[in-house]
Amino acid sequence: MKAAKNEDRESVIDENLKKVFNETLEEGIPDRFKDLLSKLKQQESERGSEND
Amino acid sequence: MTDMSPRDELVEHLPAMRAFAISLTRNGSLADDMVQDTLVKAWTNIEKFEPGTNMRAWLFTILRNTYYSSRRKSKREVADVDGVFTESLAEKPAHDGHMQMNDFRKALGKLKVEQREALLLIGASGFSYEEAAQMCGVAVGTIKSRVNRARAQLAELMEHGENESLEMTDDATMSVISASKVASF
Repeated sequence: MKAAKNEDRESVIDENLKKVFNETLEEGIPDRFKDLLSKLKQQESERGSEND
Repeated sequence: MTDMSPRDELVEHLPAMRAFAISLTRNGSLADDMVQDTLVKAWTNIEKFEPGTNMRAWLFTILRNTYYSSRRKSKREVADVDGVFTESLAEKPAHDGHMQMNDFRKALGKLKVEQREALLLIGASGFSYEEAAQMCGVAVGTIKSRVNRARAQLAELMEHGENESLEMTDDATMSVISASKVASF
C-alpha cells in the first residue's frame, strides 16, 4: 500500500511539473527573442558580405 | 554555403529554455534575461556544438552555467523571497482551475535549487539521469538522490498544505524530516 501511495504521489508531482512547464511552453516565443534572433542573423549576413 | 546551420534550430528550443529558466529562477524577467544571454552565447559559440548531439542538453548546460555564475556574482540567493514568481504566475488563469497548482508552485520554490533543477530535468524536461548528470557535472547517483529528495519534500509540503497536520509516522514525512536540514536555505 505504501509503495502504491508513493507512486501515486510521484505521478501527481510529475504531472504538476509538466503543467508548470507547459504554461510557459504554450506562451510560444516572445517578440524580444524573435527580434534578437533576426538581429543576430542580420549581423552575421553583414559580416559575411564584408568578407566577399 | 551555410544554408543549414545548427543556429536555425536554436529557436525550436527557446520555449523549453524559458520554461526551465523560469522554474529555476522563479522570476520571469530574470529568466528571460538569462535565456537571452544563453541565446547569444550559443549563437556566437555555435561551432562548439557537435552536430548530432542533443542540442537541448547543450543549451540547458549553457543556461544553468549562466544561472550559477550570476548567482555567484551577486553573492546572494536570486530566489524569489517575496513571492514575485508565485504572484506573477498566479495572475495567469489556471488551465485546470485547481488551486492545488499554486500550492505546488510554492512548494517547488521551497526546494533547494540543486534539487529543483534535478527534478525539472528529469521530471519535466524528459532528460535521462545520465544526460542530467552530465549537464550538472555530477554523478548519476547524485542526480537520483536529488530527484528523490525533491519528490519526497514536495509530497510532504503539498500534504502539509492540504491539512495542516503532520503525520510523524509516515515514511515520506520521516525521510523529509531527516533531509530538511539541507533544504532550509
